[in-house]
This record gives sequence, structure tokens and C-alpha cells, in this order.
Amino acid sequence: MYNTEILVIGGGPAGLKASLSAAEKGALVTLVERDGHLGGQLVKQTHMFFGSKAQYASERGFNIATKLGGQVAAHPRINVLKNATALGYYEDGVVSLEVEKRFETISFRAMIMATGAQENTLLFPNCELPGIYGAGAVQTLMNVHGVVPGRRVAMVGAGNIGVIVSYQLLQAGVQVPAIIEALPEIGAYHVHASKVRRMGVPIYTSHTVLTAHGRERVEKITYAQIDQNRQPLPGTERELEVDVLCIAVGLTPLTEILFQAGCRMDYIPELGGHVPLRSDTFETSVPGIFIAGDAGGIEEASAAMVEGSIAGLCAAAKLGYGLDAYPGALAAARRELDALRNGPAGKHIRSGLEKLAAPGEVKG
Amino acid sequence: MRIYNHPLLEFKKGEAITFQFDGETIEGYRGEPIAAALHAAGVRTLSHSRSYNRPRGFWCAIGNCSSCNMRVNGVPNVRTCVEPLQEGMIVETQTGRGELDV
Repeated sequence: MYNTEILVIGGGPAGLKASLSAAEKGALVTLVERDGHLGGQLVKQTHMFFGSKAQYASERGFNIATKLGGQVAAHPRINVLKNATALGYYEDGVVSLEVEKRFETISFRAMIMATGAQENTLLFPNCELPGIYGAGAVQTLMNVHGVVPGRRVAMVGAGNIGVIVSYQLLQAGVQVPAIIEALPEIGAYHVHASKVRRMGVPIYTSHTVLTAHGRERVEKITYAQIDQNRQPLPGTERELEVDVLCIAVGLTPLTEILFQAGCRMDYIPELGGHVPLRSDTFETSVPGIFIAGDAGGIEEASAAMVEGSIAGLCAAAKLGYGLDAYPGALAAARRELDALRNGPAGKHIRSGLEKLAAPGEVKG
Repeated sequence: MRIYNHPLLEFKKGEAITFQFDGETIEGYRGEPIAAALHAAGVRTLSHSRSYNRPRGFWCAIGNCSSCNMRVNGVPNVRTCVEPLQEGMIVETQTGRGELDV
């Protein structure tokens, strides 16, 4: 059995920052990462980040992964377990792990859940044909492994991920004949959306995919305009020949272990699904279990990093580390988070967090 | 279809090796995910669904969803989107839930 003071599950932006901030305060940290590398989904992100310098603005995701991953790997108080999957939470406070294909267990005094999220699917006839991939999957295949998904890719979803991945497809020499978006407006930041439009990619808002065609793989799709009730308008159906259909319709928090640990959860659509209730210090309803990043509500990597820092600070403080500077550090990190969520792009997450903070409950 | 010239990225690949896919010899790079090597070689169908035998490719590419499960060196349900490719691997399309040779 392994033993640690603070167990961090997930080595993406939230988990890396959580590990660093807890270890810098003096706590012994074990970071568990399912993949063979640190950085989570940052490793495939080639776009530049927004925000301020403190949040790595103007840096590309994969460079941030290298930087933070390096700091974590070099830290004397952080033990990194790679190729290590958290399997389950036991009521005596032990987490079971598969580490390099061996079964292990680990005990801890506090735990930070930074498990991230998974991509949503979309239901339509033939939606599981080969060639229909998650946008994140396409990003991984292309930007990490250097393999293009196909020659001609239709994108579903004009949020940031859909639009950014469309741009990356164009960069890799792939045609993108259409971006199809069910909402009446483009969700992505204008800087991203206007870039793909300038490159000749039409964005069809108030449209959806009706069906995919093909026997062994996708060969064609039918898409159509939809009304306010999301019903297709007869006569607007169009066909498009593609060899890949890429789905970018949002993410869902990965919360299995939180459910298993008995954390109080609530379904908040703005946050992407079921998320744990949490205190001002990012502690869930189960004492000693903290939350950070997309696992607590779908947002961006910049916010995940700040949340990670806060959860790390608070978990360390709970064990008695870093108490002197704690109130100041916490207030500064909170201001950083508020600043990130301040603009119109943060409206969604702000309303989700307000719902999570129902009167008399622990707050979000 | 591999990317050889990218405006931002450089792909550091392992050594070129060969492996078996359903009896056919295919080339890939050591250490890349099996599914990436197969995709680069034009293979899209990795498994067939349990009830209706429908073709399945990968979906998430990060080891979450099980859509890419294949039989590798006789072991069923290997997540090929994250399993590193090794020389001489025997990779087979899987149908249904996968059986162990006992």
C-alpha cells in the first residue's frame, strides 16, 4: 500500500497546479495520472491561451504542459505515478489503483479530484460509424500523433473546441467544408471564429446533422436547418460528402469516484452535468475530498489551473501547511478566478455556480 | 495519412516497425498508439458491436470510451487508442465482448 498526505487524481492542468501548490506549502503529494505523460489534454492544444500572464496567456497548451509537467516531476515532495488509473474509493478512505498493470492501494489524508471530463456524443442515425469522432479525439490524433483523421471533415459545434479544431484541421491540410451549429449563435470567441471564416469555412448556425450515410465508414451526411424547438425545417435538407464527421458538442465532468465517495452532487446543465457541491475552499461534502478543474464543472484550462492552485492551497492548509500566508494567497487566487470569469464568456459558468450555491447549502 | 510538415508541431516518432493486423503486415512507429498506426494505414474499423455486429472505430482517443477495444497478442479489450505499438504485435478486430483463451 502506498501512503501519502495529499492524493491528487489527474495530471492535467488542474491536477498539476494542485500538486505544485500543495507541495510548495510543504505537503507530501502523490499525483496519479492515467496516461504515460503529464499535462492531460493540454498536450494537444496548439492554440494560444488568453487571460493574464499569471495564467500563461499567449502560450500554447502543449508548452504549458511541458513547463508544469517538468516542475511537478522535479519537485522533491511530489511523487508521480504515471500509467496509473484510480479504480475506486473505499469507505475506509483508501483508493485502489492500477499502476503499470499492477493492482495497488493508496491511503491519504486529503484528496484532490482533478479527473477532468469526457466528450459528449450526439444521437442521430449511424452516429457510431467509423469516421465519426470526438473533436478532442481528432485533436489528439492530429496534434499529438501526427495523423490526419481524413481528407474532408465536417464539424458539428461552433463552440471554442469545434472552431479551434476546425482551424487546426485546416493547418494540417484537411478540408473543412462546413461547421454545423444547432444554436442560433456561434459560441466560440470571435477571434477564433473569424479566423476560420476568413479561410473560407462556412458556419451554419441553427442547423443540425440529421443522419450519416455509409456502410463501413461515414461517406456522407445530411444536415438541415432547425426551428426554435430544434425541429428540422422541411425542404432545408442538404447533403455533404465527407470522410470524417467531428463532434464538438460539449463535455461531461468525470465524477465516478466522487459519486462513489458519497459526495453530494447536483445536476447543473451550465456546468456540464452532475457536479459536487463544494465549500469556499473547494472541499466537497465529504471532508478531505477537494475538487478542481473540469470535474467540478466544464470550463477552460486557464480556470482549471487557478482552481487547482486554490484546491492545493486549501488541502495543504487543512493538514496544517502554509497557514501563515494562507488567507492572502487564497484571496489572490480567488481574485484571479473572478477576473477570468468576469466577461460575457464567463456568464454561463457564473450562472451555473450560482445555481450550485443554493441557499443553506455549501457554496460554489 | 501522416502529417510531415506542420506549421507549429514537430512529431518525434519512434523507430519504424511492423506489426500484424488481421493477418496483414502493417508499418507503424514504436510507441505510438496502435489505433494511430492503424488509422495512418487507412484502417477505420477496429471492432464490431456486440448485438448488431456494426463496425466501430475509435471515438475519444484518450482511453475513456472502449470503442477502440481490440484483441492484441491474444488479449481482448485492449484500448488501442492508448496502448503503445510494439514490434511484431498481433492485432485483431474484435467482435462482441471479447473472449479469453483459457
